[in-house]
Amino acid sequence: MSTGKYVVVLVGLLLVPWVMAQELKPKLGQPLEKLPQLAIGPSGQGLPLGSGSVEEGAIIYRNQCLACHGPTGRMPGNALAGGIGSLDGASPNKTVGSFWPFATTLFDYIYRAMPYGREKTLRDEEIYAVTAYVLFLNDIVSEKTTLSASSLPEITMPNREGFQSVYQIEAVDRALKIQ
Amino acid sequence: MLPKNGLLNRRTFLAGSAGFLSTAVWASSQKDEPWRFTSGRRMSPYGAPSKYVGLERLQIGGHPLAPEAGASSTPLERLNGIITPNSLHFERHHSGVPDIDPSQHRLRIFGNVQRPVSFGYEDLQRYPLVSKVLFIECSGNSYANTLPTALDKSAGELNGLLSCAEWTGIPLRQLLEEAGYDPKSDWVVAEGADAAGMNRSVPLSLALEDAMIALYQNGEPLRAEQGFPMRLLVPGCEGNLSIKWLRSLEVRKNPAHTREETSKYTDLLKDGSANQFSLRMGVKSIVTAPSGKMQLPDHGVYEITGLAWSGHGAVKAVEVSADGGRSWRAAEIQSEPGLYRPTRFRLPWRWEGQPAVLQSRAVDSSGNRQPTRSGALANAAPGFTYHYNGIQSWGVDQQGRVSNVYR
Repeated sequence: MSTGKYVVVLVGLLLVPWVMAQELKPKLGQPLEKLPQLAIGPSGQGLPLGSGSVEEGAIIYRNQCLACHGPTGRMPGNALAGGIGSLDGASPNKTVGSFWPFATTLFDYIYRAMPYGREKTLRDEEIYAVTAYVLFLNDIVSEKTTLSASSLPEITMPNREGFQSVYQIEAVDRALKIQ
Repeated sequence: MLPKNGLLNRRTFLAGSAGFLSTAVWASSQKDEPWRFTSGRRMSPYGAPSKYVGLERLQIGGHPLAPEAGASSTPLERLNGIITPNSLHFERHHSGVPDIDPSQHRLRIFGNVQRPVSFGYEDLQRYPLVSKVLFIECSGNSYANTLPTALDKSAGELNGLLSCAEWTGIPLRQLLEEAGYDPKSDWVVAEGADAAGMNRSVPLSLALEDAMIALYQNGEPLRAEQGFPMRLLVPGCEGNLSIKWLRSLEVRKNPAHTREETSKYTDLLKDGSANQFSLRMGVKSIVTAPSGKMQLPDHGVYEITGLAWSGHGAVKAVEVSADGGRSWRAAEIQSEPGLYRPTRFRLPWRWEGQPAVLQSRAVDSSGNRQPTRSGALANAAPGFTYHYNGIQSWGVDQQGRVSNVYR
Protein backbone atom coordinates (compact mmCIF):
# COMPACT_ATOMS: atom_id res chain seq x y z
CA MET A 1 0.00 0.00 0.00
CA SER A 2 1.39 3.40 -0.93
CA THR A 3 1.56 6.31 1.51
CA GLY A 4 -1.20 7.98 -0.46
CA LYS A 5 -3.60 5.13 0.31
CA TYR A 6 -2.74 5.31 4.04
CA VAL A 7 -3.59 9.00 3.99
CA VAL A 8 -6.93 8.28 2.32
CA VAL A 9 -7.78 5.59 4.90
CA LEU A 10 -6.68 7.80 7.79
CA VAL A 11 -8.75 10.76 6.60
CA GLY A 12 -11.66 8.38 6.06
CA LEU A 13 -11.43 7.10 9.65
CA LEU A 14 -11.26 10.63 11.01
CA LEU A 15 -14.43 11.50 9.13
CA VAL A 16 -16.42 8.60 10.60
CA PRO A 17 -17.58 10.39 13.79
CA TRP A 18 -18.45 13.50 11.76
CA VAL A 19 -20.47 11.51 9.23
CA MET A 20 -22.24 9.62 12.04
CA ALA A 21 -23.13 12.89 13.74
CA GLN A 22 -24.53 14.17 10.44
CA GLU A 23 -26.69 11.06 10.11
CA LEU A 24 -28.16 11.60 13.57
CA LYS A 25 -29.54 14.98 12.60
CA PRO A 26 -33.18 14.92 11.50
CA LYS A 27 -32.66 17.58 8.78
CA LEU A 28 -36.35 18.24 8.27
CA GLY A 29 -36.04 21.79 6.95
CA GLN A 30 -38.00 22.30 3.71
CA PRO A 31 -36.50 24.54 1.02
CA LEU A 32 -38.04 28.01 1.25
CA GLU A 33 -39.74 28.87 -2.03
CA LYS A 34 -40.97 32.32 -1.08
CA LEU A 35 -38.57 34.43 0.98
CA PRO A 36 -40.13 36.49 3.78
CA GLN A 37 -39.87 40.28 3.89
CA LEU A 38 -36.44 41.45 5.11
CA ALA A 39 -36.38 43.66 8.17
CA ILE A 40 -35.78 47.17 6.83
CA GLY A 41 -32.50 48.43 8.30
CA PRO A 42 -30.44 51.57 7.68
CA SER A 43 -29.15 50.34 4.30
CA GLY A 44 -32.72 50.22 2.99
CA GLN A 45 -32.17 46.73 1.61
CA GLY A 46 -35.56 45.07 1.14
CA LEU A 47 -37.51 48.31 0.67
CA PRO A 48 -40.25 47.74 -1.91
CA LEU A 49 -40.83 49.58 -5.18
CA GLY A 50 -43.18 52.54 -5.22
CA SER A 51 -43.21 55.91 -3.51
CA GLY A 52 -45.38 58.14 -1.35
CA SER A 53 -45.56 61.87 -0.69
CA VAL A 54 -46.07 64.06 2.38
CA GLU A 55 -49.30 65.30 0.78
CA GLU A 56 -50.69 61.75 0.39
CA GLY A 57 -49.44 60.89 3.86
CA ALA A 58 -51.40 63.76 5.42
CA ILE A 59 -54.69 62.24 4.23
CA ILE A 60 -53.83 58.72 5.40
CA TYR A 61 -52.60 60.11 8.72
CA ARG A 62 -55.86 61.99 9.29
CA ASN A 63 -57.93 58.85 8.65
CA GLN A 64 -55.78 56.16 10.24
CA CYS A 65 -53.30 57.65 12.72
CA LEU A 66 -54.65 60.89 14.17
CA ALA A 67 -57.02 59.30 16.70
CA CYS A 68 -54.10 57.89 18.72
CA HIS A 69 -51.26 60.26 17.82
CA GLY A 70 -53.05 63.63 17.73
CA PRO A 71 -53.39 66.18 14.91
CA THR A 72 -49.69 67.12 14.91
CA GLY A 73 -48.26 63.86 16.25
CA ARG A 74 -47.84 65.23 19.75
CA MET A 75 -50.33 63.12 21.75
CA PRO A 76 -48.66 62.46 25.14
CA GLY A 77 -47.76 58.78 25.49
CA ASN A 78 -47.94 58.29 21.71
CA ALA A 79 -45.87 61.27 20.58
CA LEU A 80 -44.29 61.03 17.14
CA ALA A 81 -43.05 64.59 16.84
CA GLY A 82 -41.41 67.32 18.89
CA GLY A 83 -38.80 67.16 21.62
CA ILE A 84 -35.79 67.79 19.38
CA GLY A 85 -32.96 68.98 21.65
CA SER A 86 -34.72 67.82 24.84
CA LEU A 87 -32.80 64.57 25.46
CA ASP A 88 -30.22 65.98 27.90
CA GLY A 89 -32.73 68.23 29.69
CA ALA A 90 -34.92 67.88 32.77
CA SER A 91 -37.80 66.23 30.90
CA PRO A 92 -36.57 64.40 27.79
CA ASN A 93 -39.23 63.92 25.11
CA LYS A 94 -38.33 60.85 23.06
CA THR A 95 -40.04 61.00 19.65
CA VAL A 96 -39.26 59.90 16.11
CA GLY A 97 -37.74 63.31 15.48
CA SER A 98 -35.81 63.74 18.70
CA PHE A 99 -34.68 60.17 19.37
CA TRP A 100 -34.92 57.69 16.50
CA PRO A 101 -31.51 57.24 14.82
CA PHE A 102 -32.76 55.91 11.45
CA ALA A 103 -35.68 56.87 9.20
CA THR A 104 -35.82 53.32 7.80
CA THR A 105 -37.11 52.11 11.19
CA LEU A 106 -40.30 54.08 10.55
CA PHE A 107 -41.02 52.11 7.39
CA ASP A 108 -40.24 48.79 9.07
CA TYR A 109 -42.44 49.55 12.06
CA ILE A 110 -45.42 51.02 10.20
CA TYR A 111 -45.24 48.09 7.78
CA ARG A 112 -45.50 45.46 10.53
CA ALA A 113 -47.36 47.04 13.43
CA MET A 114 -49.52 49.97 12.33
CA PRO A 115 -52.28 51.06 12.33
CA TYR A 116 -52.95 49.37 15.66
CA GLY A 117 -55.78 46.84 15.25
CA ARG A 118 -55.53 46.91 11.42
CA GLU A 119 -51.92 45.84 11.10
CA LYS A 120 -50.46 45.10 7.63
CA THR A 121 -53.40 46.65 5.74
CA LEU A 122 -51.46 49.65 4.34
CA ARG A 123 -50.08 49.34 0.80
CA ASP A 124 -46.36 49.97 0.21
CA GLU A 125 -47.08 53.42 -1.32
CA GLU A 126 -49.17 54.33 1.72
CA ILE A 127 -46.37 53.30 4.08
CA TYR A 128 -43.92 55.55 2.19
CA ALA A 129 -46.48 58.37 2.36
CA VAL A 130 -47.13 58.07 6.11
CA THR A 131 -43.38 57.78 6.75
CA ALA A 132 -42.87 61.00 4.79
CA TYR A 133 -45.65 62.74 6.70
CA VAL A 134 -44.26 61.78 10.14
CA LEU A 135 -40.84 63.09 9.07
CA PHE A 136 -42.55 66.28 7.87
CA LEU A 137 -44.24 66.68 11.28
CA ASN A 138 -40.72 66.72 12.71
CA ASP A 139 -39.41 69.27 10.15
CA ILE A 140 -36.97 66.66 8.87
CA VAL A 141 -38.34 66.77 5.30
CA SER A 142 -40.22 69.52 3.44
CA GLU A 143 -43.90 69.36 2.52
CA LYS A 144 -42.92 68.73 -1.14
CA THR A 145 -41.10 65.48 -0.33
CA THR A 146 -41.78 62.12 -1.96
CA LEU A 147 -40.03 59.07 -0.48
CA SER A 148 -38.97 55.84 -2.19
CA ALA A 149 -36.49 52.99 -1.72
CA SER A 150 -33.65 55.22 -2.89
CA SER A 151 -34.45 58.39 -0.95
CA LEU A 152 -35.60 57.01 2.44
CA PRO A 153 -32.18 55.60 3.51
CA GLU A 154 -30.55 58.91 2.53
CA ILE A 155 -32.31 60.83 5.31
CA THR A 156 -30.10 61.73 8.26
CA MET A 157 -32.03 61.81 11.52
CA PRO A 158 -31.17 64.49 14.14
CA ASN A 159 -30.15 61.86 16.74
CA ARG A 160 -28.19 59.68 14.28
CA GLU A 161 -25.07 59.68 16.49
CA GLY A 162 -26.93 59.42 19.81
CA PHE A 163 -26.46 55.71 20.56
CA GLN A 164 -23.64 53.49 21.75
CA SER A 165 -23.90 49.69 21.46
CA VAL A 166 -23.39 48.11 24.86
CA TYR A 167 -23.27 44.62 23.36
CA GLN A 168 -20.41 45.55 21.08
CA ILE A 169 -18.54 47.40 23.86
CA GLU A 170 -18.86 44.30 26.08
CA ALA A 171 -17.69 42.05 23.23
CA VAL A 172 -14.53 44.16 22.83
CA ASP A 173 -13.97 44.01 26.62
CA ARG A 174 -14.28 40.22 26.58
CA ALA A 175 -11.86 39.93 23.66
CA LEU A 176 -9.33 42.12 25.49
CA LYS A 177 -9.70 39.99 28.65
CA ILE A 178 -9.01 36.79 26.73
CA GLN A 179 -5.82 38.33 25.28
CA MET B 1 -27.84 37.36 72.76
CA LEU B 2 -30.04 38.72 70.01
CA PRO B 3 -28.25 41.02 67.53
CA LYS B 4 -29.83 44.49 67.31
CA ASN B 5 -30.78 44.03 63.64
CA GLY B 6 -32.67 40.82 64.50
CA LEU B 7 -30.93 38.74 61.79
CA LEU B 8 -30.39 35.18 63.00
CA ASN B 9 -28.22 32.25 62.07
CA ARG B 10 -30.28 29.78 60.06
CA ARG B 11 -28.91 26.68 61.83
CA THR B 12 -29.88 28.04 65.25
CA PHE B 13 -33.35 28.75 63.92
CA LEU B 14 -33.87 25.22 62.60
CA ALA B 15 -32.47 23.52 65.75
CA GLY B 16 -34.65 25.62 68.06
CA SER B 17 -37.87 24.81 66.28
CA ALA B 18 -37.87 21.05 66.99
CA GLY B 19 -39.54 19.50 70.05
CA PHE B 20 -43.21 20.25 69.44
CA LEU B 21 -43.69 17.29 67.14
CA SER B 22 -44.58 14.77 69.87
CA THR B 23 -47.67 16.61 71.12
CA ALA B 24 -50.00 15.38 68.37
CA VAL B 25 -53.70 15.98 68.83
CA TRP B 26 -55.76 12.86 68.18
CA ALA B 27 -59.19 14.20 68.88
CA SER B 28 -61.07 15.66 65.92
CA SER B 29 -64.73 15.99 65.06
CA GLN B 30 -66.70 15.90 61.81
CA LYS B 31 -67.46 19.55 62.39
CA ASP B 32 -63.79 20.57 62.62
CA GLU B 33 -62.37 18.40 59.83
CA PRO B 34 -65.28 17.13 57.69
CA TRP B 35 -62.91 15.99 54.89
CA ARG B 36 -61.65 13.19 57.12
CA PHE B 37 -65.10 11.54 57.19
CA THR B 38 -66.20 11.32 53.55
CA SER B 39 -64.71 10.70 50.12
CA GLY B 40 -63.28 13.63 48.24
CA ARG B 41 -63.96 14.61 44.64
CA ARG B 42 -62.93 12.62 41.58
CA MET B 43 -59.91 13.04 39.37
CA SER B 44 -59.90 15.95 36.93
CA PRO B 45 -58.53 16.17 33.37
CA TYR B 46 -56.51 19.34 33.87
CA GLY B 47 -55.79 20.26 37.47
CA ALA B 48 -56.64 23.53 39.11
CA PRO B 49 -55.47 25.21 42.33
CA SER B 50 -57.39 24.64 45.56
CA LYS B 51 -60.37 26.94 45.90
CA TYR B 52 -58.63 28.37 48.96
CA VAL B 53 -55.70 29.56 46.85
CA GLY B 54 -56.76 32.59 44.85
CA LEU B 55 -53.61 33.29 42.86
CA GLU B 56 -53.82 35.75 40.00
CA ARG B 57 -51.52 37.70 37.76
CA LEU B 58 -51.61 41.41 38.48
CA GLN B 59 -52.56 43.64 35.57
CA ILE B 60 -50.21 46.56 35.23
CA GLY B 61 -51.03 49.12 32.61
CA GLY B 62 -52.35 48.56 29.16
CA HIS B 63 -53.02 51.56 26.97
CA PRO B 64 -56.63 52.83 27.05
CA LEU B 65 -56.76 52.74 23.25
CA ALA B 66 -54.94 49.39 23.04
CA PRO B 67 -55.82 47.28 26.10
CA GLU B 68 -54.28 44.15 24.52
CA ALA B 69 -50.89 45.86 24.45
CA GLY B 70 -50.06 45.68 28.12
CA ALA B 71 -48.47 43.58 30.80
CA SER B 72 -49.37 41.47 33.80
CA SER B 73 -46.98 40.45 36.52
CA THR B 74 -46.26 37.38 38.62
CA PRO B 75 -47.47 37.59 42.27
CA LEU B 76 -43.95 36.88 43.57
CA GLU B 77 -44.89 37.40 47.23
CA ARG B 78 -47.29 34.45 47.13
CA LEU B 79 -44.96 31.92 45.49
CA ASN B 80 -42.01 29.99 46.82
CA GLY B 81 -39.10 28.04 45.40
CA ILE B 82 -37.90 29.36 42.04
CA ILE B 83 -40.35 28.03 39.42
CA THR B 84 -43.26 30.17 38.22
CA PRO B 85 -46.40 28.14 37.45
CA ASN B 86 -47.32 28.53 33.77
CA SER B 87 -50.63 30.22 34.58
CA LEU B 88 -48.77 32.91 36.53
CA HIS B 89 -45.82 33.62 34.22
CA PHE B 90 -45.70 37.36 33.54
CA GLU B 91 -47.07 38.63 30.24
CA ARG B 92 -46.05 41.48 27.99
CA HIS B 93 -47.78 41.75 24.62
CA HIS B 94 -47.54 44.53 22.07
CA SER B 95 -50.66 43.58 20.15
CA GLY B 96 -52.42 40.92 22.18
CA VAL B 97 -52.08 37.13 22.28
CA PRO B 98 -52.49 35.49 18.84
CA ASP B 99 -54.40 32.23 18.60
CA ILE B 100 -52.00 30.29 16.36
CA ASP B 101 -52.90 26.94 14.78
CA PRO B 102 -49.60 25.05 14.92
CA SER B 103 -50.39 23.17 11.70
CA GLN B 104 -50.48 26.55 9.88
CA HIS B 105 -47.32 27.90 11.46
CA ARG B 106 -43.77 27.60 10.11
CA LEU B 107 -40.37 28.80 11.29
CA ARG B 108 -38.35 30.24 8.40
CA ILE B 109 -34.57 30.68 8.36
CA PHE B 110 -33.27 32.87 5.53
CA GLY B 111 -30.95 35.76 4.72
CA ASN B 112 -27.23 35.00 4.71
CA VAL B 113 -27.60 31.21 4.64
CA GLN B 114 -26.71 28.59 2.03
CA ARG B 115 -30.13 26.92 2.18
CA PRO B 116 -33.16 29.01 3.15
CA VAL B 117 -35.41 26.54 4.98
CA SER B 118 -38.64 26.32 6.93
CA PHE B 119 -39.75 23.97 9.68
CA GLY B 120 -43.19 22.88 10.83
CA TYR B 121 -44.13 22.46 14.49
CA GLU B 122 -44.20 18.66 14.22
CA ASP B 123 -40.82 18.64 12.42
CA LEU B 124 -39.20 20.45 15.32
CA GLN B 125 -40.49 17.89 17.84
CA ARG B 126 -38.19 15.32 16.22
CA TYR B 127 -34.98 17.24 16.95
CA PRO B 128 -32.90 16.47 20.05
CA LEU B 129 -34.25 18.75 22.78
CA VAL B 130 -32.57 20.28 25.81
CA SER B 131 -34.10 21.57 29.06
CA LYS B 132 -32.89 24.54 31.08
CA VAL B 133 -34.28 26.34 34.12
CA LEU B 134 -34.02 30.03 33.20
CA PHE B 135 -35.44 33.35 34.28
CA ILE B 136 -37.07 35.77 31.88
CA GLU B 137 -37.20 39.39 33.00
CA CYS B 138 -38.81 42.25 31.12
CA SER B 139 -36.34 45.09 30.83
CA GLY B 140 -39.05 47.42 32.16
CA ASN B 141 -39.34 45.39 35.37
CA SER B 142 -39.25 47.40 38.63
CA TYR B 143 -39.70 50.60 36.63
CA ALA B 144 -42.02 51.96 39.36
CA ASN B 145 -39.06 52.08 41.74
CA THR B 146 -37.29 54.56 39.45
CA LEU B 147 -40.09 57.10 39.99
CA PRO B 148 -39.41 60.00 42.40
CA THR B 149 -41.87 58.74 45.06
CA ALA B 150 -42.06 55.18 46.42
CA LEU B 151 -45.43 53.62 45.57
CA ASP B 152 -47.20 51.46 48.16
CA LYS B 153 -47.27 48.28 46.09
CA SER B 154 -46.56 44.58 46.58
CA ALA B 155 -43.39 42.74 45.55
CA GLY B 156 -45.16 41.32 42.50
CA GLU B 157 -46.75 44.60 41.46
CA LEU B 158 -43.33 46.27 41.58
CA ASN B 159 -40.98 43.50 40.46
CA GLY B 160 -43.17 40.74 38.98
CA LEU B 161 -42.15 41.10 35.33
CA LEU B 162 -39.73 38.35 36.33
CA SER B 163 -40.62 34.69 36.04
CA CYS B 164 -38.78 31.41 35.85
CA ALA B 165 -39.56 28.14 34.09
CA GLU B 166 -37.93 24.98 32.88
CA TRP B 167 -37.79 25.63 29.13
CA THR B 168 -37.34 22.75 26.70
CA GLY B 169 -36.39 23.29 23.09
CA ILE B 170 -33.93 22.93 20.25
CA PRO B 171 -30.54 24.62 20.48
CA LEU B 172 -30.79 27.32 17.82
CA ARG B 173 -27.28 26.49 16.64
CA GLN B 174 -28.56 23.18 15.21
CA LEU B 175 -31.12 24.87 12.96
CA LEU B 176 -28.70 27.61 11.89
CA GLU B 177 -26.17 24.93 10.94
CA GLU B 178 -28.77 23.03 8.96
CA ALA B 179 -29.52 26.23 7.02
CA GLY B 180 -25.79 26.82 6.51
CA TYR B 181 -25.45 30.23 8.18
CA ASP B 182 -22.75 32.59 6.97
CA PRO B 183 -20.20 32.78 9.83
CA LYS B 184 -19.17 36.27 8.68
CA SER B 185 -22.63 37.60 9.49
CA ASP B 186 -22.99 39.02 12.98
CA TRP B 187 -26.75 39.25 13.59
CA VAL B 188 -30.00 37.33 13.35
CA VAL B 189 -33.28 39.25 13.14
CA ALA B 190 -36.08 37.33 14.83
CA GLU B 191 -39.70 38.11 13.98
CA GLY B 192 -42.94 37.10 15.69
CA ALA B 193 -46.20 36.06 14.02
CA ASP B 194 -48.32 38.33 16.24
CA ALA B 195 -50.05 41.38 14.78
CA ALA B 196 -47.22 43.55 16.17
CA GLY B 197 -44.78 41.50 14.08
CA MET B 198 -42.36 42.06 16.94
CA ASN B 199 -38.80 41.98 15.63
CA ARG B 200 -35.40 42.18 17.26
CA SER B 201 -31.78 41.88 16.13
CA VAL B 202 -29.98 39.18 18.12
CA PRO B 203 -26.18 38.94 18.03
CA LEU B 204 -25.26 35.79 16.11
CA SER B 205 -22.77 34.95 18.87
CA LEU B 206 -25.65 34.70 21.38
CA ALA B 207 -27.79 32.74 18.92
CA LEU B 208 -25.00 30.18 18.51
CA GLU B 209 -23.98 30.11 22.17
CA ASP B 210 -27.05 29.04 24.12
CA ALA B 211 -30.22 30.40 22.50
CA MET B 212 -33.00 27.88 21.91
CA ILE B 213 -36.30 27.53 20.09
CA ALA B 214 -38.48 26.71 23.08
CA LEU B 215 -41.44 24.36 22.61
CA TYR B 216 -42.20 23.40 26.23
CA GLN B 217 -42.61 25.37 29.43
CA ASN B 218 -42.49 23.51 32.74
CA GLY B 219 -43.16 20.26 30.91
CA GLU B 220 -46.19 21.23 28.81
CA PRO B 221 -46.37 22.91 25.40
CA LEU B 222 -45.85 26.68 25.63
CA ARG B 223 -48.81 28.71 26.80
CA ALA B 224 -50.26 31.00 24.14
CA GLU B 225 -49.16 34.00 26.22
CA GLN B 226 -45.61 32.68 26.11
CA GLY B 227 -45.41 32.18 22.37
CA PHE B 228 -47.20 28.96 21.42
CA PRO B 229 -46.30 27.14 19.26
CA MET B 230 -42.67 28.28 19.57
CA ARG B 231 -40.57 31.11 20.90
CA LEU B 232 -36.99 32.22 20.79
CA LEU B 233 -35.26 32.10 24.15
CA VAL B 234 -32.01 33.99 24.68
CA PRO B 235 -30.89 33.14 28.24
CA GLY B 236 -29.96 36.00 30.56
CA CYS B 237 -31.12 38.69 28.16
CA GLU B 238 -34.01 41.15 28.37
CA GLY B 239 -37.31 39.38 27.76
CA ASN B 240 -38.15 41.32 24.62
CA LEU B 241 -35.25 39.65 22.79
CA SER B 242 -36.87 36.22 23.25
CA ILE B 243 -39.38 36.74 20.44
CA LYS B 244 -42.66 34.89 21.02
CA TRP B 245 -44.70 33.20 18.27
CA LEU B 246 -41.42 32.98 16.36
CA ARG B 247 -42.01 33.06 12.61
CA SER B 248 -38.69 33.90 10.97
CA LEU B 249 -34.97 34.27 11.57
CA GLU B 250 -33.00 36.37 9.11
CA VAL B 251 -29.20 36.03 9.23
CA ARG B 252 -27.59 39.34 8.30
CA LYS B 253 -24.44 41.39 8.51
CA ASN B 254 -25.81 44.32 10.53
CA PRO B 255 -28.60 44.86 13.05
CA ALA B 256 -31.90 46.12 11.63
CA HIS B 257 -32.23 48.86 14.30
CA THR B 258 -35.89 47.98 14.74
CA ARG B 259 -38.24 50.19 16.70
CA GLU B 260 -37.87 47.92 19.76
CA GLU B 261 -34.07 48.34 19.82
CA THR B 262 -33.93 52.09 19.15
CA SER B 263 -37.06 53.92 20.30
CA LYS B 264 -37.72 51.39 23.09
CA TYR B 265 -35.56 49.16 25.32
CA THR B 266 -32.61 51.57 25.10
CA ASP B 267 -31.21 53.48 28.07
CA LEU B 268 -31.26 57.26 27.77
CA LEU B 269 -28.48 58.78 29.90
CA LYS B 270 -28.26 62.18 31.56
CA ASP B 271 -25.87 63.44 28.87
CA GLY B 272 -28.57 62.83 26.22
CA SER B 273 -26.88 59.81 24.65
CA ALA B 274 -28.41 56.34 24.90
CA ASN B 275 -27.13 52.84 25.48
CA GLN B 276 -28.36 50.44 22.82
CA PHE B 277 -28.26 46.62 22.83
CA SER B 278 -27.83 46.52 26.62
CA LEU B 279 -29.14 43.00 26.35
CA ARG B 280 -27.98 41.19 29.49
CA MET B 281 -30.06 41.79 32.60
CA GLY B 282 -28.00 43.00 35.55
CA VAL B 283 -27.54 41.08 38.81
CA LYS B 284 -30.60 41.60 40.99
CA SER B 285 -32.41 40.30 44.04
CA ILE B 286 -35.58 41.12 45.89
CA VAL B 287 -37.02 40.09 49.23
CA THR B 288 -40.40 38.51 48.47
CA ALA B 289 -41.41 38.11 52.12
CA PRO B 290 -41.90 40.02 54.29
CA SER B 291 -42.68 42.50 51.51
CA GLY B 292 -44.87 45.41 50.44
CA LYS B 293 -48.48 45.58 51.69
CA MET B 294 -47.97 42.67 54.12
CA GLN B 295 -48.83 42.88 57.79
CA LEU B 296 -46.67 41.04 60.32
CA PRO B 297 -49.26 39.46 62.67
CA ASP B 298 -47.21 39.54 65.87
CA HIS B 299 -43.73 39.75 67.32
CA GLY B 300 -41.47 36.75 66.86
CA VAL B 301 -39.31 34.96 64.34
CA TYR B 302 -39.88 35.37 60.60
CA GLU B 303 -38.02 34.06 57.61
CA ILE B 304 -36.74 36.73 55.22
CA THR B 305 -36.81 35.10 51.79
CA GLY B 306 -36.49 36.17 48.20
CA LEU B 307 -35.16 35.58 44.72
CA ALA B 308 -31.85 36.50 43.11
CA TRP B 309 -30.76 36.21 39.49
CA SER B 310 -28.28 37.57 36.95
CA GLY B 311 -28.02 37.80 33.19
CA HIS B 312 -24.23 37.76 33.50
CA GLY B 313 -23.93 34.27 34.98
CA ALA B 314 -24.93 32.49 38.17
CA VAL B 315 -25.80 34.03 41.53
CA LYS B 316 -22.81 33.64 43.82
CA ALA B 317 -23.98 35.18 47.09
CA VAL B 318 -26.86 37.09 48.60
CA GLU B 319 -26.71 39.27 51.70
CA VAL B 320 -29.66 40.55 53.71
CA SER B 321 -29.97 43.70 55.80
CA ALA B 322 -32.73 44.54 58.31
CA ASP B 323 -31.50 48.04 59.10
CA GLY B 324 -31.53 49.73 55.72
CA GLY B 325 -28.03 48.65 54.70
CA ARG B 326 -26.03 49.53 57.84
CA SER B 327 -25.28 45.87 58.56
CA TRP B 328 -25.49 42.81 56.34
CA ARG B 329 -25.57 39.07 56.87
CA ALA B 330 -25.06 36.29 54.32
CA ALA B 331 -28.32 34.51 53.44
CA GLU B 332 -28.54 30.80 52.79
CA ILE B 333 -28.83 30.03 49.10
CA GLN B 334 -31.20 27.10 48.80
CA SER B 335 -31.58 26.29 45.14
CA GLU B 336 -28.47 25.19 43.33
CA PRO B 337 -27.00 28.17 41.46
CA GLY B 338 -26.78 27.85 37.69
CA LEU B 339 -26.31 30.05 34.65
CA TYR B 340 -29.26 32.45 34.32
CA ARG B 341 -31.16 30.40 36.89
CA PRO B 342 -32.77 32.29 39.77
CA THR B 343 -31.94 31.18 43.26
CA ARG B 344 -34.04 31.24 46.43
CA PHE B 345 -32.40 32.73 49.52
CA ARG B 346 -33.50 32.58 53.15
CA LEU B 347 -32.50 34.06 56.50
CA PRO B 348 -34.36 34.00 59.83
CA TRP B 349 -35.13 37.31 61.54
CA ARG B 350 -36.57 38.20 64.91
CA TRP B 351 -38.94 41.14 65.01
CA GLU B 352 -39.82 42.65 68.38
CA GLY B 353 -41.55 45.77 67.14
CA GLN B 354 -38.42 47.66 66.12
CA PRO B 355 -38.77 49.74 62.92
CA ALA B 356 -36.78 47.97 60.21
CA VAL B 357 -35.83 48.28 56.56
CA LEU B 358 -35.40 44.90 54.85
CA GLN B 359 -33.07 44.68 51.85
CA SER B 360 -31.13 42.12 49.86
CA ARG B 361 -28.15 42.47 47.55
CA ALA B 362 -26.65 39.86 45.23
CA VAL B 363 -23.26 39.18 43.66
CA ASP B 364 -22.91 37.08 40.50
CA SER B 365 -20.25 34.75 39.11
CA SER B 366 -18.90 37.53 36.87
CA GLY B 367 -18.20 39.67 39.95
CA ASN B 368 -21.08 42.10 39.39
CA ARG B 369 -22.67 43.57 42.53
CA GLN B 370 -26.25 44.71 42.73
CA PRO B 371 -26.24 48.52 43.07
CA THR B 372 -28.17 50.68 45.51
CA ARG B 373 -31.18 52.53 44.11
CA SER B 374 -29.22 55.76 43.72
CA GLY B 375 -26.27 53.88 42.23
CA ALA B 376 -28.50 52.23 39.63
CA LEU B 377 -30.03 55.59 38.69
CA ALA B 378 -26.81 57.62 38.77
CA ASN B 379 -26.51 57.98 34.98
CA ALA B 380 -30.14 57.48 33.95
CA ALA B 381 -32.02 60.38 32.35
CA PRO B 382 -35.39 61.34 33.89
CA GLY B 383 -38.36 59.44 32.45
CA PHE B 384 -38.90 55.78 31.69
CA THR B 385 -35.92 53.71 32.85
CA TYR B 386 -35.21 50.23 31.52
CA HIS B 387 -32.89 47.61 33.03
CA TYR B 388 -33.28 48.92 36.60
CA ASN B 389 -31.68 46.57 39.15
CA GLY B 390 -31.30 48.70 42.28
CA ILE B 391 -31.75 47.26 45.78
CA GLN B 392 -35.42 46.95 46.85
CA SER B 393 -36.16 48.27 50.36
CA TRP B 394 -39.17 47.27 52.47
CA GLY B 395 -39.93 49.40 55.50
CA VAL B 396 -41.50 47.74 58.57
CA ASP B 397 -43.18 50.15 60.98
CA GLN B 398 -43.81 49.58 64.70
CA GLN B 399 -47.25 48.13 63.94
CA GLY B 400 -45.73 45.56 61.61
CA ARG B 401 -47.03 47.09 58.39
CA VAL B 402 -44.59 46.50 55.49
CA SER B 403 -44.31 49.01 52.65
CA ASN B 404 -42.11 50.05 49.74
CA VAL B 405 -39.56 52.68 50.79
CA TYR B 406 -36.51 54.30 49.20
CA ARG B 407 -33.06 54.19 50.81
